[in-house]
Amino acid sequence: MADAVLFEFLHTEMVAELWAQGPDPGPGVSAGPRRVGGGSEGRDEKGRKMNLSVLEGMGFRVGQALGERLPQETLAFREELDVLRFLCRDLWVAVFQKQMDGQRTHHQGTYVLQDSSFPLLVPMASGLQYLEEAPKFLAFTCGLLRGTLSTLGIESSVTASTAALPTCKFQVVIQQP
Amino acid sequence: MSRPAQRRPEYHKINRDLFVLTYGALVAQLCKDYEKDEDVNQYLDKMGYGIGTRLVEDFLARSCVGRCHSYSEIADIIAQVAFKMYLGITPSVTCNNSSRNEFSLILDKNPLVEFVEELPAGRSSLCYCNLLCGIIRGALEMVHLAADVTFLQDRLKGDSVTEIGITFLKKLDEKKYRRKK
Repeated sequence: MADAVLFEFLHTEMVAELWAQGPDPGPGVSAGPRRVGGGSEGRDEKGRKMNLSVLEGMGFRVGQALGERLPQETLAFREELDVLRFLCRDLWVAVFQKQMDGQRTHHQGTYVLQDSSFPLLVPMASGLQYLEEAPKFLAFTCGLLRGTLSTLGIESSVTASTAALPTCKFQVVIQQP
Repeated sequence: MSRPAQRRPEYHKINRDLFVLTYGALVAQLCKDYEKDEDVNQYLDKMGYGIGTRLVEDFLARSCVGRCHSYSEIADIIAQVAFKMYLGITPSVTCNNSSRNEFSLILDKNPLVEFVEELPAGRSSLCYCNLLCGIIRGALEMVHLAADVTFLQDRLKGDSVTEIGITFLKKLDEKKYRRKK
């Protein structure tokens, strides 16, 4: 089944539609034509933050649900590092059909996961074009990671950055209890 | 990590669940944003349309379907090839009128609602799977076929089956049944 394609198309459509809604969505009202960076600065900033968090929140819900469907043995991780390796390999393969390229530990509880060819960015562009748009396409996945970690009993905050498409880095900061 | 052989079927399931779960989260979000069911339905249809216009290229590339000579062939392809390819189900097709331009796809199983027990309270007119209607409509339009696609029956609303109705609106243009690359 060509599920990956369906998810990618759905994700792209979600990013486009949720972005188009303004900070105060009423029934049937949208902020205007579907474009990025339009409108006055103040409202745009607020709209931008709000919509990224909506996407992230949806990713979180999905990540939590996915976490619950993982094989039982994955829930018995001993160490944080095992969990992160699981994210980079098994979760990424399950969700994106490939492994992440790298994982680095910055210091206690902070990890940087790198994907040099992130599937949700690949169709967009290569290089510096559309760099501004990239955060919208990363928000859902940040939430997904955070949600899966949450089901595994780990509270975290996940942010993503990209220097050039389609490479991106996910920074996972594990909240210490 | 051990046991690679056992791992694959589990992760295939995760892959399938990802789309279904994401769709559920989307519908939930739209229900928060819009009070009226009609607005949510319309939004889902619109998003589906956007997806359909792109999905059809993917479908044609993967399936290499032959030339279609009738609406009924197209309905069969949608049910037996496209639905099978993307959702793993094969709805049955019936023709609803003698001019042979109205068809129904009867969905026995519907993976999109796998995790949905019932519609949320106060959302009795919600067409949960309306994305599918938009997808079909968008895909058909890209191959120069105009159609109305709606849910005629919905198990989530208490009907016995889930039925998608496709009404082809224009005469099939024989020269261009599919987009030329």
